[in-house]
Amino acid sequence: MSDSAIVTPPESLVRRSLKGLRGAPPTAIVGLVIVTAYILVAALAPWIAPYGEYQVVSDMPFAPWSSENLLGTDQLGRDFLTRIIYGARNSIGIALVTTVLAFAIGGFFGIMAAALRGWADQILSRFVDAVMSIPDLILTLMLLAIFGPAVVNLILIIAVLDSTRIFRISRAAAMNVVTLDFVEAASARGEGLTWRIVHEILPNILPILISEFGMRFCFVFLMIAALSFLGVGLQPPMAEWGSMVRDNAALINMGDITPLIPAGAIALLTVGVNFVADWFLGKSSGLADDE
Amino acid sequence: MTGTSILASGSHPILNMTVQRLGLGLLSLAIVSAIIFTAVSFLPGDFATAILGRSATPETVAAFQQKLGLDKPWPQRYVDWLGGALVGDFGDSFSSRLVSTVIGPRLANTLALAATTAVIAVPLAVFLGIVCARYRNKPVDRFLSSATLASISLPEFFIAYVLMLVLATKLHIFPSLSSIRPGMGLGEHLYRMALPIMTLLFVTLAHMMRNTRAALIGVMSRPYIEMARLKGEPEMRIVLRHALPNAIGPIASVIAINLAYLIAGVVVVEVVFVYPGIGQTMVDAVRNRDVPVVQACALIFSAAYIVLNLIADIISIVSNPRLLHPR
Amino acid sequence: MTNELSVVAAGDTVLSISDLRIEARVKDEWLEIVKGVSLTLRRGEVLGLVGESGAGKSTIGLAALGYFRAGCRLAGGSVRFGGTDLLAMPESRRRALRGTKIAYVAQSAAASFNPAKRLMDQIVEAAVTRGGMPRRDAAARAVALFRSLQLPDPERFGDRYPHQVSGGQLQRAMTAMAMICQPDLIVFDEPTTALDVTTQVEVLLSIRKAIQEHGVAVLYISHDLAIVAQMAHRVMVLRYGEAVEEAPIASIIDAPRHPYTKSLWAVRNLQGASHAATGDDLLRVEQISASYGTFKALDGIDLAVGRGQTVALVGESGSGKSTLGRVIAGLLPPDGGTLRFDGAVLPPVVRKRGKDMLRRVQIIYQSADTALNPRHSVRKILGRPLAFFHGLSGAQRERRVLELLRMVELEESYADRLPAQLSGGQRQRVAIARALAAEPELIICDEITSALDQIVQAGILTMLADLQRRLGVSYLFITHDIEVVRAIADRVVVLNKGRIVDQGAKADVLSPPFQDYTRLLLESVPEMTPDWLDRLVERRAA
Repeated sequence: MSDSAIVTPPESLVRRSLKGLRGAPPTAIVGLVIVTAYILVAALAPWIAPYGEYQVVSDMPFAPWSSENLLGTDQLGRDFLTRIIYGARNSIGIALVTTVLAFAIGGFFGIMAAALRGWADQILSRFVDAVMSIPDLILTLMLLAIFGPAVVNLILIIAVLDSTRIFRISRAAAMNVVTLDFVEAASARGEGLTWRIVHEILPNILPILISEFGMRFCFVFLMIAALSFLGVGLQPPMAEWGSMVRDNAALINMGDITPLIPAGAIALLTVGVNFVADWFLGKSSGLADDE
Repeated sequence: MTGTSILASGSHPILNMTVQRLGLGLLSLAIVSAIIFTAVSFLPGDFATAILGRSATPETVAAFQQKLGLDKPWPQRYVDWLGGALVGDFGDSFSSRLVSTVIGPRLANTLALAATTAVIAVPLAVFLGIVCARYRNKPVDRFLSSATLASISLPEFFIAYVLMLVLATKLHIFPSLSSIRPGMGLGEHLYRMALPIMTLLFVTLAHMMRNTRAALIGVMSRPYIEMARLKGEPEMRIVLRHALPNAIGPIASVIAINLAYLIAGVVVVEVVFVYPGIGQTMVDAVRNRDVPVVQACALIFSAAYIVLNLIADIISIVSNPRLLHPR
Repeated sequence: MTNELSVVAAGDTVLSISDLRIEARVKDEWLEIVKGVSLTLRRGEVLGLVGESGAGKSTIGLAALGYFRAGCRLAGGSVRFGGTDLLAMPESRRRALRGTKIAYVAQSAAASFNPAKRLMDQIVEAAVTRGGMPRRDAAARAVALFRSLQLPDPERFGDRYPHQVSGGQLQRAMTAMAMICQPDLIVFDEPTTALDVTTQVEVLLSIRKAIQEHGVAVLYISHDLAIVAQMAHRVMVLRYGEAVEEAPIASIIDAPRHPYTKSLWAVRNLQGASHAATGDDLLRVEQISASYGTFKALDGIDLAVGRGQTVALVGESGSGKSTLGRVIAGLLPPDGGTLRFDGAVLPPVVRKRGKDMLRRVQIIYQSADTALNPRHSVRKILGRPLAFFHGLSGAQRERRVLELLRMVELEESYADRLPAQLSGGQRQRVAIARALAAEPELIICDEITSALDQIVQAGILTMLADLQRRLGVSYLFITHDIEVVRAIADRVVVLNKGRIVDQGAKADVLSPPFQDYTRLLLESVPEMTPDWLDRLVERRAA
């Protein structure tokens, strides 16, 4: 380029994000609307649900749709709609906690491996390779068989397993940054490891990690739903979409679509998140292309 | 690494790399089997009580520990277990039946399901991936990309139940449950597998197609593709003759990696359609915490996955011109 | 094939571009990057397109094939080839012309050949699939071209894969690929830029011979006017997508009309004043050897840098010059040998050097794009060494940051900017300021001007000389560019394959009698006269 710089005036975060939204494809807008709606439902569950999470409202199991129970009742006579609303809270909350934990573990070790290299990197990377050569669901099932399906175990097992992917992503991203001259310049200056990680490496890989968050959340969310559906994930009486499908699946054979509603709720959220995440990923890689 | 190359020095680098990769494959099989086996040692202390019930006496607990082999040293137990596993003997399950009799008859069913799906999904995924890369950002590509993005977002059981509701309950085209009995004819077998296979295709095909497309598009951004355009080559020829030969390795490895979705899908689908395979066996064993059965299933699934990835690795090596034609 | 195109007679106009306008997408806007360029090219004529990065030369070169890269689009104008407008015809007809009537030679042959296919298959592809030539005839013609381009073993050269052939040979193979269908027009886009100077001479000679033998019209693109002077009859100088001046080659060099044209050889015009060494040596490198794995990068290096002096370390790529810089900076532990700084032994790795030792030796990198953290403001970039080495904070530090900016001739307001908001030259100035912030005695400059345009290079070199006068700092100046050495060095050290082959005062090394390798290096550097290549050939023949 020429020696006259292109100067973009500093913009506020809000204005920038509004500007970014304007160019968003329709899929991303739809995704954003879906995600926002789910978050609202999850946050406001106790106020918008017609009944209590565990409250048995009918002595008839599998009651049909009616004015009292808009979506009927489940196998124990609890209000189906209420269970779905609370399910949003439980399913999303637990998946979110697990994903955050996975990012903390995977991100920490990934960056350390890239920054330290040598034997520390070798050990961590070979360990991750070994864990990743077992299909996720299979390893999760085995660990659940051993440790039992308590919520804490479920969160820890999935977080640790998913952290191996985040380890790879953050290690690869950090490796690209570590080899850049400004990190070497900091080493040549005599800066310590912590300073180099916090000031030189982290700010440069954060955008990559953030754009991966949506995809990883979907993966964790689907994994928990699948496990609950298989009956080895979140346990009753907690309202959870996966187990609601399982417990009411018999209705499908009678041509009743009620059990598909929680399954659809899972599907809609992951589609929404994926649409947003896909746009995000495309945007961040597209920006990289320009440079 | 240096060890192997010294050993094989003078021979062709392809052979070299292949032997190396096979060695690595065996090593990861060993590590994975060790992980799966060692997991038993992490059983919580109250596990025996949990399995045997509160009334268990110290004697029954000790007998149980012995049955698990926890009284013998670790290396011996591991060698015994692995040696048994190699000849199909996984010892006793907690339900006192031989693990092999629990799994044996169902393994073939699962293999039939997974193999049939893979045979349809892999060529179709590669074909659609090529179509998307050729017509990148054209309507076909945009449609397939959005459709597959939606499809990978859906939980397997959602697809399974929608198919069941529409094709079985409403339209009565296929049976809603896939009960398979020994001695059933091939046609009958396939007919009953139809819904599970369709469900699995939805999920795996989408993953594989997206990754094939990405691998090809990665190659399409290389300067030699622009050179081919500047030589006036038609776009289809560029994709098939210039990009594809360079994308074989990447495509093989993404497809192998995506077989993990097939394995996970198999487990869920078997449960939904009550298909008698080892996926369902494994889930039941997890619920009953029948660890020997779980271990056996985990080893079978992992070994299959590792071997498939190994094959993909070797395909990438063999299709790499730099290795095929050394300086 | 289109008949009207194949009857282009000698001296006829082959290509005529008029008022060509091309836009490129930057973020969400379309900016004009080629602003109404017009040119004509006749059969047998070579037109040079010269300009610095971002001038739009490659974009114009590709437009001559009716081709636009992704993210670029036509905004107006016409490209007439043999009388027909390429831009108005359907893509299928344009495609039929590419490779057969209009051919292209890319900058990086190593990346532009398909690694999965034999060279012969790629070279004859257009001739066989669309030129209607039997494969046997096409292969025979390719072998004849290999021979005329002086490729080794022409009969079997085509059996090889791209990775089995050297960079210089690949570039000639690409020229053969362009000529296989005897096109009317060839676009050469910086064909020798990726090569070392000594390899470049051979490739230039082969290309020129081939052009002369076939009497084809050529558009020759380069950033280096000295190279274009050897190849072209006429030159068009481009800047920011506009033609600055167009003239026959001799008059461009002898009587440039536009000041920008003259700035294209700005570094050549710099006259550096020599400093005699004052007192002791600041840095002594004694018997240093280093390696990457089993590859020996440096072997028994001995050199000294005097206080307030500039020592230039010259060599081609792979000579080990940057490795030596990294060893001195403590980033790569040497296999053996000693470093002495100001009389004391310098520990081999950064960790073992005290903070004050680290402060006294600083390093500046070739690419300021990667040497500055893109997420830090200039204030933070300059502030950190001030805090780290001198414990400055608050108003004191701020005052010093602004002082440093003035030292490198940047405005104080730049402190708030991020590196992406600066130009390449400004970024390199910030990197220099960061090194100066430590108040060092020795600065290792690793190719710090090679990524910059001539006029910007000249500005930075002048500033460095000025800073040296004021601060008494020493430079170890690593470069491959003899013109930069002439402009700035007091002493010169010539490196080849990890060994020192020549060293001494600048006047001794760069004037006769020459050491063999130094002579090869010096005579391979293109000179700003049209007959440099001819004289070189004569000298070598003699």
